[in-house]
Amino acid sequence: MEDIRRRIRYNKFWNYIFMIAGLTATFVGLFLLAVLFIDLFIDGSERLTYKFLTSFPSRFPAEAGILSAWVGSFLLLFVTALSAIPLGVAAGIYLEEYAQKNWLTNIIEINIANLAGVPSIVYGLLALGLFVYFFEFGESILTGGLTLALLILPMVIMATREAIRAIPNSMREASYALGATKWQTVHWHIFPYSLGGILTGIIIGLSRAIGETAPIITVGALTFIAFLPTPPITSEFPFISFKWLMDPFTVMPIQMFNWVSRPQVEFQINAAAAGIILMIMTLIMNGIAIHIRYKFRKKIKW
Amino acid sequence: MVNENKKAEVKNLNFYYGSNLTLKNVNLSIIEKKVTALIGPSGCGKTTFLRCFNRMHDLYPHNRYEGEIILLPENVNIISSAIDPIEVRMRISMVFQKPNPFPKTIFENVAYGMRVRGINNKSILYETVEKSLRSAALWDEVKDRIDKPAFDLSGGQQQRLCIARALATTPEILLFDEPTSALDPIATSKIEELIVELKNEVTIIIVTHNMQQAARVSEHTAFMYIGEIIEYGKTDRIFTTPSEKLTEDYITGRFG
Repeated sequence: MEDIRRRIRYNKFWNYIFMIAGLTATFVGLFLLAVLFIDLFIDGSERLTYKFLTSFPSRFPAEAGILSAWVGSFLLLFVTALSAIPLGVAAGIYLEEYAQKNWLTNIIEINIANLAGVPSIVYGLLALGLFVYFFEFGESILTGGLTLALLILPMVIMATREAIRAIPNSMREASYALGATKWQTVHWHIFPYSLGGILTGIIIGLSRAIGETAPIITVGALTFIAFLPTPPITSEFPFISFKWLMDPFTVMPIQMFNWVSRPQVEFQINAAAAGIILMIMTLIMNGIAIHIRYKFRKKIKW
Repeated sequence: MVNENKKAEVKNLNFYYGSNLTLKNVNLSIIEKKVTALIGPSGCGKTTFLRCFNRMHDLYPHNRYEGEIILLPENVNIISSAIDPIEVRMRISMVFQKPNPFPKTIFENVAYGMRVRGINNKSILYETVEKSLRSAALWDEVKDRIDKPAFDLSGGQQQRLCIARALATTPEILLFDEPTSALDPIATSKIEELIVELKNEVTIIIVTHNMQQAARVSEHTAFMYIGEIIEYGKTDRIFTTPSEKLTEDYITGRFG
């Protein structure tokens, strides 16, 4: 009896040890994140005004703003989403539902997993050669958007595949047993049931893209822009213009980098303020992703 | 069996998973608008055999059929590679072991087979959904919540919904793969009553591990063992005076 109790005490001792270690590890992460955010906020809060959002960058720190940067980020993400989502989702569905499992698809699979881990600057170099010089898109929003699309394409493909794999096989069999084709099964079941997971993956991919700097600098984004791209809506027929796709641009992280690298202290404050906005944008996007995941999980249970 | 019409004729059927021969020279007649039960111990190939009838094996690689399953009266070999498996599944439907309704409304579950066939006319859909739910003895329980999620139903109701879903496509043969193994005794007896009811409309083949169930619902029983049909005949004869020693051992519970 005494032996058993001693043994239990000993076993539980290690249980407590791990609990404390795990708790510490959790708090280190949370604490650092909080410190980072608070520090940024203390530094930058004085510049967080409406005027900051609506002003172009300037030589005078007090007058400089991030208008061209957030508009650039927004348009870039728009191009990225429009190109990466259809390609990535279609590729993911094809690989999961259509492709036969053989050595070729295995190689494709391994390559896509590897692509997700390629440093982003390498994508920048690829895009520089492909979009800027070969397709002659120039140092434009189109080039930047497509570059980020390349970057998040593997993430979208993998998220799509993971979401599809979570669908039980009994759903496919139920559909096929009623005489459905593969496309009918994808259209009525596979796609709608995996949409939550796919959207979550897309948004997480986009929120990574919004913070990317290296590949965007590589393809030639400007660091100082005091004008906006051509408006997409015009007063003359056909009222929609795609000229903005070919305009030069800058994005939030580049604007930040530009300010940080200047000697004046006031510009550091601007950088911190821009950092807060960028972080809030990312947090909102991740929040939406979590919300979508929660909503779809509630609706579909197997 | 003089007055009984054959609905399907299985001739020298072999089935391979990869290089694994899992069905060996199976021969069997399926009688129209009767229930044929397939019994046998786990792993004897009864489910594999059942899934040949609607070409479910075509969904996965490395599966191979040999021999013939002739569907009558057209006299087509439904396992021939010249026949599109989708055509076979349009005519022969299936109810699975675990209830597997789609995460959609009750209505959409039953309507799905028609949507696959390009029927989108609301009144036809409603009419057929109601008729199928009535045939599946589920209408009275769900008529007020036909637009509610199918997952809100109990396990037994879900299985009857799956039967309604299959019936909505007016199949010529309905396959049941151990349809009650995930259900409680009350839900089980409802499904069994339903199967007895349904044979007036459709030819039924049922796989079951429950011998009492086979005895209660079927007219003909095939006893399978390690991929072969050991004995096939009228259910009451199989269960009272089996001619094979193996059959007798199985139905008296000496193994299985």
